[in-house]
Amino acid sequence: MIQTRFMRETILPQEAAPHRTSGVLLWVRENLFSSVTNSVLTLLSLWALYATIPGLFQYLIVDAVWSANTGKECLAENVGRPVGVCWAFVTSHMGYFIYGQYPEAEWWRVDLFFAAEALGIVWLLWPNAPYKFAGIIYFFVIFPIIGFVSLTGSTMLGLTPVATNFWGGFLVTIVISTFGIVVSLPVGILLALGRRSDMPIVRLVSVIFIEFVRGVPLITVLFMANVMFPLFLPDGWRPDSLLRVLVGVALFFAAYMAEAVRGGLQAIPRGQYEAAQALGLGYWRMMIKIILPQALKIVIPNIVNNFIGLFKDTTLVAIVGIFDFLKTIQASLADPVWRAAGMPFAAYIFASLVFFVFCYGMARYSMWMEARLDTGKRH
Amino acid sequence: MVIAAMLRKHSADVYVLPNSAEVGSNWRMGMKKLILAAVISAASFGIATAASAGTLDNVKQKGQVVCGANPGTAGFGVPDQQGNWTGLDVEYCRAIAAAVFNDPTKAKFVPLSSKDRFTALASGEVDVLIRNSTWTMSRETTLGIIWAGINYYDGQGFIVNNKLGVKSAKELNGATICVQQGTTTELNVADYFRANKMEYKVVTFGTSEEALKAYDSGRCDSYTTDRSGLAADRLSMTKPDDHTILPEIISKEPLGPVVRQGDDQWLNLVKWVHNALLISEELGVTKANVDEMMKSENPEIKRLLGVEGKFGESLGLSNAWVVQIVKALGNYGEVFDRNVGPSSPLKLVRGSNALWNQGGLQYAPPIR
Amino acid sequence: MSSQISGSHATAKVVFYNDPKFRSRFAQFVLLVAIGLFAYFAYENTSENLRKRNIAQGFGFWDVEAGFDISQTLIAYSAASSYGRAFWVGLLNTLLVSLVSIFFATILGFIIGILRLSRNWIVSRLAGVYIEVFRNIPLLLILYFWYGAVLGALPEPRDSLAIPGDIWLNNRGLLVPRPLIAGDILYTVAALGIGILGAYILARFARRRQAETGERLPVGWISTALIFGLPLLVYLGVGTPLGFDFPEKGRFNLTGGLNLAPEFVAMVVGLSTYTSAFIAETIRAGVLAVSKGQTEASQALGLSRGQTLRLVVVPQALRVIVPPLNSEYLSLTKNSSLGVSIGYPDLVNVFTGTVLNQTGQAIEMVSVTMLVYLTFSLLTSAFMNWFNRRVALVER
Repeated sequence: MIQTRFMRETILPQEAAPHRTSGVLLWVRENLFSSVTNSVLTLLSLWALYATIPGLFQYLIVDAVWSANTGKECLAENVGRPVGVCWAFVTSHMGYFIYGQYPEAEWWRVDLFFAAEALGIVWLLWPNAPYKFAGIIYFFVIFPIIGFVSLTGSTMLGLTPVATNFWGGFLVTIVISTFGIVVSLPVGILLALGRRSDMPIVRLVSVIFIEFVRGVPLITVLFMANVMFPLFLPDGWRPDSLLRVLVGVALFFAAYMAEAVRGGLQAIPRGQYEAAQALGLGYWRMMIKIILPQALKIVIPNIVNNFIGLFKDTTLVAIVGIFDFLKTIQASLADPVWRAAGMPFAAYIFASLVFFVFCYGMARYSMWMEARLDTGKRH
Repeated sequence: MVIAAMLRKHSADVYVLPNSAEVGSNWRMGMKKLILAAVISAASFGIATAASAGTLDNVKQKGQVVCGANPGTAGFGVPDQQGNWTGLDVEYCRAIAAAVFNDPTKAKFVPLSSKDRFTALASGEVDVLIRNSTWTMSRETTLGIIWAGINYYDGQGFIVNNKLGVKSAKELNGATICVQQGTTTELNVADYFRANKMEYKVVTFGTSEEALKAYDSGRCDSYTTDRSGLAADRLSMTKPDDHTILPEIISKEPLGPVVRQGDDQWLNLVKWVHNALLISEELGVTKANVDEMMKSENPEIKRLLGVEGKFGESLGLSNAWVVQIVKALGNYGEVFDRNVGPSSPLKLVRGSNALWNQGGLQYAPPIR
Repeated sequence: MSSQISGSHATAKVVFYNDPKFRSRFAQFVLLVAIGLFAYFAYENTSENLRKRNIAQGFGFWDVEAGFDISQTLIAYSAASSYGRAFWVGLLNTLLVSLVSIFFATILGFIIGILRLSRNWIVSRLAGVYIEVFRNIPLLLILYFWYGAVLGALPEPRDSLAIPGDIWLNNRGLLVPRPLIAGDILYTVAALGIGILGAYILARFARRRQAETGERLPVGWISTALIFGLPLLVYLGVGTPLGFDFPEKGRFNLTGGLNLAPEFVAMVVGLSTYTSAFIAETIRAGVLAVSKGQTEASQALGLSRGQTLRLVVVPQALRVIVPPLNSEYLSLTKNSSLGVSIGYPDLVNVFTGTVLNQTGQAIEMVSVTMLVYLTFSLLTSAFMNWFNRRVALVER
C-alpha cells in the first residue's frame, strides 16, 4: 500500500549552510538582533554612537584650538570658525600643571624623581623582573631617600632647597600617592598582622584603628591632620602643611591596605603556618619567609585596586589647600587672561583623560595579574 | 546586648565593628594610634622645630619669617605662576623680614584660605598672619590671636552685574548672594539683610576664587566681600566693565597683621613695623631719600632712623631697622601706591587710609 | 636532644625572656605604655596649646547664635538660630543628598549592570565603557565637571530652558512645580497605607494558598491596583486636594515652585553617576556568581526565562549583591562630604567649615563630625549582620 515512488535516487551535492546559521550574519543575529528588545537596544545604541562620536571628534580634535595666547583667542568670534576645545589653555599651563610653582631651573630634579619612581614601579610590578627583594628595598628605602633629597634639595649636595609650598600640580599628586603607598603598605601589613594576632591588646588596638578609619570620610581625616595635629605637638613644632596631609593620607590608606592584606592572610592554608612552626621558625621569620610572600602575592590585585582609590582620592587634598594636580587646574581657571567660556570643559576633559589613563592602566594591570594568579586553580 | 552579640558573631566580616563596648573608646584609641604614627613619621621626615623661647628667636634661628598670605586677592596678596608674591599684605611681611634680617627676601609665604588662616596662626604654622583679616572682638577673645594694627581700613560692599539694573544694596531683596566661608562678610551679610528686613539666598564657598567663579558664571546676582577685595576681584572677571560695586558700605572691616597671643615681644615688633611705615610717610622719608634723611637734623627723623636712641635694640633688632625697611620697600604711601593705589591696576583712592593729617585714619604713635 | 624528648612529662626549662607567654605580655605592655605616653603627650600639649592661645573648649558654643545663613535648610533656620541648629541643618542636608543619590544610583546602577550582562554585544560594550569611565575618574573631578562645566554653562534665569511639565533649568538650578497640600490629602495618604497593607496581606495569603494548592494568584496586578489605584480613587473622590505652585519669573530669578540649587543637583548627578558604575559592577558580579547549573536546572524544570530570573537567579544573586551594595551606599554617604568643594551645605561644609571657623574649636567640630560618620557605619554594619543572618543558607 505504501508508495515509495517519490524516493530520490541521486545524491544531491552538499549545499552551503544557510546564511543565518554561520558567519557574520549569524553573529549579528545572535548578538544584536536576537529579539525585538535586543534589536531596539541595538538600534538605540547605534543611534547614540552616531549622535555622539562624530560630534565629539569634531569638538575635541577637528575644531579644537591648539595654539593661542589668551582665552579670548579661543572664542569663535576671534578664530572665525566654530571652535571646540581650547587645548591651548592646557598646553600653555602644562608646566604649572606638572610642576606647580617649582622653580623652572630645578625641574630636572622633579624629572629625576619621576624616573626613579617609574623604575621602582616597573621593578616591583613586572612579574619577571629579576632581584625582586632588591626591588622591594629600592622602592621602600632607597627611592624615598632619593626622592626626598632631590625634591627638597640639600645644600651639602649643592641642590637649592625648595620649600614644599612651591611644590604643586602633578608632582604633588605623585608625591602624595607615592608616600601613601610607601607608608601605608608596611603599616597596613603590621595592622593586618595585629588584627590576626593572639595578643588581645594588639588585636584590639588594630581593630579599633582599622574600623575607626574606615568609618570616616577621608576629608574629615584631612581636616584633622590640618587643624588638630598641630595642637597635639609642643609649642614651636611646626609640621609642614604638606607633611601633615601626607601623614593623614598614609594613615587613612593603611587601614584599607590592612584589610586587603588580611584577606590574603586568611587565604593561606593552616598547614603553611603549621609547617613553618614545625620547622622551628619563630613568628617573624615564619611571617617574613613563609606567610607574607604568599599572602601578598595573592592580594596584589586588591592592593593595586586600593592604590587606584588612593590615587583618585589624592584630589581631596585640594580642599585643605594643597596645590595638587586638580587644584592647579582649578586655580588656572581663575587666571584672568584665560577666563572665557569653554575653559572649564577643556580643563576638566584634560584632567579626566590624565586620571583615566593612569587608573585604567592600573586596573588593567590588576585584572591581568588576577588572571595570571588564577591559572593554577582553574580546572 | 543583642547588637553586641550580633557584631561579635560576624567579627570576621569586613563590615563589622569588633564589639559594641569598644566602639565608645574607638575614637580616642584611634586618635592615639594616629598621633603615634604621626610623630614617628614626622620625626623621620624632619619637623621645623625650635625652642619655644619666643617667635622672634625662632624666626632668627630659622633665617626667615613665615607669613600666612592670601593666595588670590590682587593688590593684597597673590602669587604668580612662578611663585613670586605681590601685594600690600605681602610687602608688610617683607618689611618684617627687612627689619629682622635686613633682607626683604627672607620672607616665606604660606597661602591660606580664610577658613584655615586662624588655626594656621594659632597652631604656629605661620609666624604672622597678614591676609586682609578683619579685627573683631570675638576673634581676639576666643581664638588666641591678637591684631598688631590696621594696615587697611575697609568696609564690606556688594558687586552686581550691570544688566540687573540694581543701583543700591537696598534693591537686593530676593537676590542670591555668593560669599566666602569663614569670613566676617558671611555674618555681616546676614545682619544686613536681617536689619533691613529683606530676603536673600546665600551660597557659601570654601575659597574666594570658587565664590568669585560662581558669581562670574551667573550662579549669584551679587558677590560680597570687602570693597578693596571687590575692586581686585572685578579685574579678574571675564568682563570687568559689566560689573559695578554698589555704594553701600555695610560694615567696618579694619584689616591688619595678626599674631599669636602671649608673645609681647613679637607683637611689639609687628606693631612697630607698621607704625614705622606710617611715620616714615608722615616725615617724608622715602625709598629714594632715606640715605639723605640720615643726615637730617629733625630729632623725630633721627629717632626714626636710629641715628639717635636705641629704639631698634629695644625691639630686639638693629637700630637701623627702619632704614632697612624703607630702603627695601619705601614708606606706607609708597607701598600703598604701588600695590593698590594709582600706580596699580586697582586704582583705589587713599580715602580712610590717608594719614591722619590728610583727612584719613592712619595715625601712628610717636617713636620716643 | 633525644633525652629531652623522651623526658616526656618534664616541661623544658626556658629562660623567662624566651617564654612565649612572657614575650606576649611584655609586647602588649610596651604597646600600652607607648600608646599611653603618646596620649598623655598629646593631651598635655593640646591643653597647653589651647590655654596659651585662649581658645575656648567644650560644647558651650552649641546654643550660641550662629549669625550666618545656610543656602538649603530642611528645618527652620535663620541667622538667629544656634550653632547646634546649624549642625542639624548640615546633618539633614547630608542625609537628603545621600538618600536621593542612593535612589538614583541604585536605579542607574541596576540598569547599567543588566545592560552590561546583556547578550547584545554592542549594548554590553557601551555599558562597559560607562563603567570604566566613571570608575577611573576621581569623584571630585566629576563633581567639578557637573557643577563647573555643565551647570555653570546653563543659561541665565531669563533664558531658562523649559522642560515640558513646567520644569525650568537655568544656572540657578532646577525649578519644578511645588506640590501644595490642602487639608483632605490625609485621606489619600491613609488610602495609600491601606493599599500597602492590603497588598502585604494578599501576598501572604497567596503564598500560603500556593503552598497548599499549588495555584498562583495574579498578586502583582492586584497589588499594583491596591497600592496605586486605591489612593488615586480616593484622591479623585475627595476632589483633588493637591495643587501645584508653578515657577514664575521674578526680578532676579524665577520665583515660586521648588528650586533645587545647582549645588544639590550637581551633587546628586555626580554621586549617582559615580556610584552607579560601582553598583553596576556589583550587580554583574552578583548575577555571575549564580552558577549556570541553577539556570539550567530551573529550565529543565520547565520554568520560563522570566520565572527563572525571578524565582531562581535573583534571590541567589541578591545574597551576593546586598553586602557590597550596602558598602557602596555607605561610601556614597561618606563621599557626600565632598559637597564642601562645590558649596553644597552638607555636614562637613556647615560644621567643620563655617562653625569651626567662627568658633575656632577644631577638636570639637572634627570629633563630632567623625562621630556622626562612625555612627552611620556602625548602623550599616548592624544592618549587614542582620541581613547576613537572615539570608544565610540553611543547609541540611
